[in-house]
Amino acid sequence: MTMRRLFLVVLGCAAASVSAAEPIAEKTIDFNRDVQPILSNNCFFCHGPDANHREADLRLDVRDEAVGGEAIVPGKPEVSHLVNRIMSTDPDEQMPPPESNKHLTDREKQILKQWIAEGAEYQEHWSYVAPVKAEIPAGQNGVDVLIQQRHKSLGLEFSPQADRRVLIRRLYSDLLGLPPTPEEVQAFVDDQSPDAYAKLVERLLASPHYGERMAIGWLDVVRYADTIGYHSDTPRNVWPYRDWVIRSFNENKPFDRFTLEQIAGDLLPDADQETKVGSAFNRLLLSTEEGGAQAKDYESRMLTDRVRAIGTVWLGQTTGCAQCHDHKFDPISTRDFYALGAFFADIQEPILGRREDGMLVTTPEEQAKLAALDATLAETRGKFNAILPQLQAAQNQWEEDVVRAGTAIFEELAEGSQASAGDKKTAEQIFALVKKADKDRNSRERDQIQSYFRSKVCSQHKEEQAALAKAEQERKAYYDTLAKCLVSISSSNPRTVRILPRGNWMDESGEVMQPALPHYLPQPETDGRKLTRLDLAQWLVSRENPLTARTVMNRLWKQFFGIGLSKVLDDLGAQGEPPVNGPLLDWLACEFMDSGWDFKHMVRTIVMSQAYQQSSIASAELLAADPQNRECARQSAFRVDAELVRDNALAVSGLLVNRIGGPSVKPYQPEGYWENLNFPVRTYVADSGENQYRRGLYTWWQRSFLHPSMLAFDAPSREECAAERNRSNIPQQALVLLNDPTYVESARALATRILNEGPAATPERIQWVWNQVLQRNARPEEVQIVEQLLTQHAKTYQQAPESAAALLGVGGAPVDEQLDKAELATWTHVARVLLNLHETVTRS
Amino acid sequence: MSNRLPTQKSSSSSTVETQSLCAALNRRSFLSQSGVGLGGLALADLLSQESASGAEVEQGVLGSPHFVPKAKRIIYLFMSGGPSHLDLLDYKPELNRLHGQQLPDSVRGGQRLTGMSGNQSSIPLVGSPFKFQQHGEGGAWFSETLPETAAIADDLCVINSMYTEAINHGPGVTFMQTGTQIAGRPSMGAWLSYGLGQESANLPSFVVMVTKDKGGQPLGAHLWGSGFLPTKHQGVRFRAGADPVLYLGNPAGVDTQSRRMLLDRMKELHEHQYSTTPDSEIQNRIAHYEMAFAMQSSVPEATDFASESQAVLEMYGPDVNTPGTFAANCLQARRLAERGVRFIQLYHPGWDHHGGVPGAIPKSCKETDQPAAALVKDLKRTGLLDDTLVIWGGEFGRTNYCQGKISPNFGRDHHPRCFSMWMAGGGIKPGTLHGETDELGYSVVRDGVHIHDLHATILHLLGIDHERLTYKFQGRRYRLTDVHGHVVPGILA
Repeated sequence: MTMRRLFLVVLGCAAASVSAAEPIAEKTIDFNRDVQPILSNNCFFCHGPDANHREADLRLDVRDEAVGGEAIVPGKPEVSHLVNRIMSTDPDEQMPPPESNKHLTDREKQILKQWIAEGAEYQEHWSYVAPVKAEIPAGQNGVDVLIQQRHKSLGLEFSPQADRRVLIRRLYSDLLGLPPTPEEVQAFVDDQSPDAYAKLVERLLASPHYGERMAIGWLDVVRYADTIGYHSDTPRNVWPYRDWVIRSFNENKPFDRFTLEQIAGDLLPDADQETKVGSAFNRLLLSTEEGGAQAKDYESRMLTDRVRAIGTVWLGQTTGCAQCHDHKFDPISTRDFYALGAFFADIQEPILGRREDGMLVTTPEEQAKLAALDATLAETRGKFNAILPQLQAAQNQWEEDVVRAGTAIFEELAEGSQASAGDKKTAEQIFALVKKADKDRNSRERDQIQSYFRSKVCSQHKEEQAALAKAEQERKAYYDTLAKCLVSISSSNPRTVRILPRGNWMDESGEVMQPALPHYLPQPETDGRKLTRLDLAQWLVSRENPLTARTVMNRLWKQFFGIGLSKVLDDLGAQGEPPVNGPLLDWLACEFMDSGWDFKHMVRTIVMSQAYQQSSIASAELLAADPQNRECARQSAFRVDAELVRDNALAVSGLLVNRIGGPSVKPYQPEGYWENLNFPVRTYVADSGENQYRRGLYTWWQRSFLHPSMLAFDAPSREECAAERNRSNIPQQALVLLNDPTYVESARALATRILNEGPAATPERIQWVWNQVLQRNARPEEVQIVEQLLTQHAKTYQQAPESAAALLGVGGAPVDEQLDKAELATWTHVARVLLNLHETVTRS
Repeated sequence: MSNRLPTQKSSSSSTVETQSLCAALNRRSFLSQSGVGLGGLALADLLSQESASGAEVEQGVLGSPHFVPKAKRIIYLFMSGGPSHLDLLDYKPELNRLHGQQLPDSVRGGQRLTGMSGNQSSIPLVGSPFKFQQHGEGGAWFSETLPETAAIADDLCVINSMYTEAINHGPGVTFMQTGTQIAGRPSMGAWLSYGLGQESANLPSFVVMVTKDKGGQPLGAHLWGSGFLPTKHQGVRFRAGADPVLYLGNPAGVDTQSRRMLLDRMKELHEHQYSTTPDSEIQNRIAHYEMAFAMQSSVPEATDFASESQAVLEMYGPDVNTPGTFAANCLQARRLAERGVRFIQLYHPGWDHHGGVPGAIPKSCKETDQPAAALVKDLKRTGLLDDTLVIWGGEFGRTNYCQGKISPNFGRDHHPRCFSMWMAGGGIKPGTLHGETDELGYSVVRDGVHIHDLHATILHLLGIDHERLTYKFQGRRYRLTDVHGHVVPGILA
């Protein structure tokens, strides 16, 4: 009984080992799957790629060296030192040494012995070898074929297809992040045509909300946020980049182009505003405005931040280790690390202090209007400049008069003056400044005198002055309304990048590095010219790069199945996990590249598969055999992302304003939550009107104080690139859903809909709202429970109408005055219950 | 062996499960991800444990500590801004004698100057304007600005040889609280919650309080964040006022009874749903709604001082009656310690004395000296000091030379090379003085304690081998002490 066997194997390995989480049903040893994780976890720290931390001059990550030193004698475990040492019970002999806190299990020892007995064949690390595309019979989906291939050997089968309601809810959640309406569900359920599902998929892929949904994961991994991160955590202009990401997904920009624009959008031959906004990617790192911060320190932080980002976003490599020493588990060296960093040395930016406003991001109309204002300004400035000599002469004359006549010349200071104390003080200050010799004044003081003279003293040329002031003000007012974005601008004088010994920025003895690609990966032809960011970007998405397509497809898989094919999304290296279904990840990677890096094609391929459409309800036997659902013999149920928890509540209540893009918005937030932000002190002002009801992904992303509702549902602070979110289930989530005004207000709006749009009788109303939120009918038991809730609360609110009014007063949306307050408050509780249900926040 | 499901599960798995066996498997895979071996853990340890009150609480990943802990909980009084060791705990008569002279090159040792004073052409030494006196068995010196702290000298271990690498507040506080200067890694309290779990069923294991209305250096939520650890380990901020925990209060127009009705009906709906789709996450959610409800009474109970005697209130000083002051937070800390909160983190901003040392230090001391000492005394009185570790200190020290020109109202710049802290209680050798700086208070000359060493020692006192509390992230096992840290035997009882 294969299922039975698998179950026992799972149980066996769980009891014996924690490092090999995957079921090993196969009998022969596979280096990448079985051996390398053991060596990497237990041996490479001292006997691996890091030459500076190598014990006994022995490395086990290279076969020739391991065999040369007779640590491994292929075919002869009994004379291999490695085997003797791992089997030894003598603390002085034993490997790994007891003080390392590393410990081999009996099973792991057995695997190593068997592997050596079988000849100790090494394989190149799986992810550094180009992916091989499996042959898929024509007309079949590679996803299904390759999953079923594994199922065959494991004795598993696909679960039945989920019912239509679950399917459409799942698709809406995964592709749009919004719930379907009951009408949409009904139409799909009723559509008997064979391509009903395919039509639905196409409709959703064409929706503008598809881009919003896809953007969420991308914004996490590139650590997109509205603030700089360090210390004062002040704002910066980057939101046009977020909209660029949404647009790119909606337009189905090929992923290679998507990559090029982000890393080198300013260097492209056809660079334009759009590609430059994409290049904001290079500016998303953390920066500081803290007084006394040292430039070299932050130059180093910014370099390392960028290298980590390339590693996480595209390569699935944990480069961070190599900042201080050669990576202990993967072949990435310190040289590789700083050479990667050198690609970004040309980016113009202040190392310390405030970021610039950024590039104007304008429509042609806005551009024309700004140009017109600029022209007006130039004209008025011309007229003003013409009178300037006269004005200056008058000021000189006045200054002489002041020196001669003293304070008497100031009206404010005259006997009996009615001037305010402030004006008097100003006049005194100006008097003091005028008395100073011109050479002793600083520029600010000169401006003060000039401004005072022109506004208070001089009666000539008022018209020209006023015209100029007006033109300047109008131009500035308009400029301030325009979108701006930090972008990459290349400097012809790049910063010098040195290897920092032990990562120490104060040590300037390290070798100067030129941009170069990691030595252990396939290299492009470059003819020895100096490489640029564009070369880096092109290399990342070149056919020869074995990592990028796998990394991106692995992340995409998680969006649709809840867990990656290789579980550790940001590490396809030795410390990650060999993919549970390697041929499938390889096939996805190849198909992605073959399709011209077509994202929608891949999404379509996945959601059209039989695997995706399975039910997530599992038999006890299947659960026991594959508790984490690594083999996809069913779908997975999981709580939706933080943004979608919010989107769902706003959508079903009818409050959602589903406009796409624009500056980030500020939902309700508990008072004083920002009280420990400083330089400057800030007060959070929640948006009113439409911006209060925008989708979660537009929420103002304050890195050091992320909105607490988002935080409770595991949205990352985006201080670091986050390839993967936690998915927790914690009491704070209950508090948010019960008490955050967003959810209370949504409940009231939903209750208003029940009373206004729903049927008249209570049981029908319950059915109606169940369909709005869960897109199914309430079961008799549920109706009964809700009726009880209604009776209880109706009584309460009839006795205490002021409580009803108070509850309805939560949130800024107007209360429908036509409705009976007690009744509305009562139904608000029904809506609250619904918005809090596990089923509501779960995609199944 | 308990057959119950864990109350919470791994961050990454949300698979449907129906049997305790599967739950155990999931917990094992969680352990695998977190890099903690199963070697020393019995299966029962993987499952839930019960708190003293009988309610189910979240078990830590370690199951049981590595060795017998001396302390069960920590109250950390963080003095944000970098208190001047030279004006508080590290007495330097030689500095007073050389007042006005340039910092000798021999002392500076070619080190580059840091921070705001980096470009000064003149770096004159400035003595402390305060009188110092020795107190207690250990012979530690205390400035006249810390009279109440001095009075409990025999309960304290003063460390004058702390050092760090961070020269600025942002990285400095982050280093002290998370073991790295990079924002976004798990904080000390999160590590402890992850390792040791909860002690109280209806209060969080990690609580944070910041003195209200102090301005000062910013304190970001990453300082009490869970970083790459599961979200449930993040610190829960307690705030002064009507709603001590975010979103704890019922919406307007909803009272406790009404909320109870709602939760009861919701529980029935959830149970009904569970009967049709047996997903253990539904049960977890039911439990968390109950916890949220319990917190509605447990938190106000814990934050209400009505049951405190007048004598106790007076011990903390008059500020104790004003919510959000350091004094009120100190008393609150004792109450939370009594109720099983494992890590209580206080922040008191305002110690960044770039100017005005003679006037500003006494002011900061007035706000903190009496309450901090009262807390130690109060813990002793209630018997909690034996297994509660109290820590007092900031992110770095301050320069022995003046920032800017010498004036009566002089200031000191940031100084990472030495600073002072004190500890008291669980497992600490009382009445001792540890470590020494040179005679100008510029560098450590004996028994230096790096931040990593401090962390290793703190974990040690809680029964944790700092090298064996790890979590696998970005390809390697991370720990609070990174790859450094040595337990400091000299301060252990």
